[in-house]
Parts: sequence; structure tokens; C-alpha cells
Amino acid sequence: MDNAITSPALTHAHPVAGHDHDHEHVSLPQHRHHFETEEQQREAGSFGMWLFLLTEIMFFGGMFFAYLLYRNWYYPAFAAASNQLSVPLGAINTAILITSGFAMALGVYYAEIRDRKKLVLALVLTTVFGVAFLGVKYFEYKEKYELHHIPGDSFSVAMFVNPHAYELSKDEPALAPDMAEKTQVFFFLYFAMTGMHALHMIIGLGLLVWLIARARRGEFSSGYVAPIENFGLYWHFVDIVWIFLFPLLYLINRHPLK
Amino acid sequence: MSEHHSDVHDPLNVTNPEHADHHIVSPGQYSLVYLALLCLTGLTVWAAYWDMGIFNPILALLIATIKGAVVILFFMHAIYQSRLIKLTIASGFFMFLVLITMTMLDYMSRAWGSW
Repeated sequence: MDNAITSPALTHAHPVAGHDHDHEHVSLPQHRHHFETEEQQREAGSFGMWLFLLTEIMFFGGMFFAYLLYRNWYYPAFAAASNQLSVPLGAINTAILITSGFAMALGVYYAEIRDRKKLVLALVLTTVFGVAFLGVKYFEYKEKYELHHIPGDSFSVAMFVNPHAYELSKDEPALAPDMAEKTQVFFFLYFAMTGMHALHMIIGLGLLVWLIARARRGEFSSGYVAPIENFGLYWHFVDIVWIFLFPLLYLINRHPLK
Repeated sequence: MSEHHSDVHDPLNVTNPEHADHHIVSPGQYSLVYLALLCLTGLTVWAAYWDMGIFNPILALLIATIKGAVVILFFMHAIYQSRLIKLTIASGFFMFLVLITMTMLDYMSRAWGSW
């Protein structure tokens, strides 16, 4: 263990009764005593993080299922409402989020090779692209607010009942009033899914600020990578949710079946 | 980087019971993954503007699945993890598939009228 930091203060001065004395016990500052080895601790940490992410898959999965089902039930309403979303903005946001994920992946690498400055830079870039994503999302939400496309009392079906009167929807087929009401279901799911995704990003950005502060103090450049690695797993998971949200909400309804 | 605890003198399998290998992915490999993801994003946007009938959603979801798999395997290092973690990830997705298939079967097979 040539590059391990041996801290005299943390080695076991008073061995517990029944403890195995046969193999040498090297304690790293980040190594908890209830793990046999650093590998075991790392493995247990990754395993726990993955279990958490599986519960997240189930959480988002419920909403994905609702989308699948209601899209089948209210197909014309979903197609018409979906076509009010901006594909260029969605595509730009996808690229921004993938770039943020790439910066995060590099962050894990720089933590592994113990390069403090580049780790901080990578984390800052991850944050910047994450904020940019939310910025684009803000303008998308604002447009929906102005068009009265937020479900609730002020929701307006005018654009879907009489699309030819509006510049944005002049090529869309008109919906019957009862079907036009169902566009609210699409927008409800749109705001629920992208909103939950955005909430995950906001939580992630909060954690990033905290990790940057700790990384600046050099806490993750001496072989202790677990927090960076596990946060990376979380951030990439949030990426994956968007990778599926983008085609489902923005792309697949461009050419509805007649 | 990684110090391999040799399993040779470890009959009780305590030093590294999961046989975990600590693998570090290089920036070059990350860049390739990043480029692949950007290209697939471009492809899926381009494909959305063509009328392919029923194949529009199929292709879009296929590309999204490939992108998701690439992120899980390389950005999330799943390909370098122990069998325990690989199996955990796979079983989670399998469970999710079972859940949505069973629920959908129920919804689709009831005579609730056509909407």
C-alpha cells in the first residue's frame, strides 16, 4: 500500500478482543473500522447508492407509466399538446445536460488521480451547465404560463379547439372540446415529470456547492473519492431521466398516426 | 493505482470478498462516450422530423435506451463493477419492466370503452 496514507492517530491502539491480529491493519483516515478493506467499503458504498437509485427508478417509473397509459387513452390531445413544446430548446437542454454529466465524469477522474485544482474546475463546470439547464427550463415554463398552458383554473383550451387562429398552432388539427380538455393531462404530466427532474437537479446543485467547498479544502484529493463517485452516480441518473423525458415529451408526437 | 489484495493467501475470502476491481476510466474514453451521446442526441432530433409512422416512437425510444445504457455502463462505471452490483442494477430494471408490463396488461385488457 505504497500510496496509502497511514495515520498513526487512527490506527488501532487498543485492539478489540477477538480481533484478528494476523493481518496488518492499515487505517486510512476515510476508512471506517467496520470494513475489512478499503475495497469492501467502496463496494458497500456503491451498492447502497445503486439501491437508492433503483428506488428513484421506481419513483420516476410511476410517472413514465402514467404518461404511457394516458398517451394511449387521449392520443390526439397528447399529440397536439406535445407539439407546443420547442424541440430546439429541448435539444439544446439535452446537450447542456450531457455536457454537465461529462464534466462530472471528468471530476471523478480528477479525484481518482488526486488533482485538486482540476477536480474543483470539473465540479464548477458541472454546476454551471446544471444551472444553464434550469435557465432554459425557466424560459420554457414562462412561455407555458403566458399561453395559459399550466393545468388549473386559468388553463385555456382555445389553442387546441381553434388552432388556426394562433400562429404557434396553425398547422395543427382542431380538437373537439372534450378532447381538448385532456391536453391538461399532458401538461400536468409534463410539469410533474420535468418539475420532479428539475427538483432533483436543484438538490444536486446544492450538493455540488457543498462538494466544491470540500474539494477546495483538498478533502477528495488524497484517495477519498467515495462522495464524488456516489454524487456522480446520482447526477448521471438525473441525466438518464432527462434522456428518456426528452424523446417522450418533445419528439415522439411530431407525426401522430391518423 | 489500485492495490490488489492478493486473494492467494486468503482462504477465508475476507480481504476482498466481492473481488472488486478498482478501475479508473481515462478522460479520452469519457470524451468518446460524450461524443457518442451528442451524436445520438442529434440523430434522435433529426429522426423526429421524418414521418415514419409507428416507427417514430420506436426509434426515439431505442436511441434513448442506447444512450441510457452508455451512461450507465461508462459514466456510471457499471461495466467495471463487481457481479453483485451488475446483478443489482439489472434486477432493478427487470423488476421495473415486470411492473409496467403487468399494470399495462391490466389496463389494456379491461372493457372500459375506447377513448
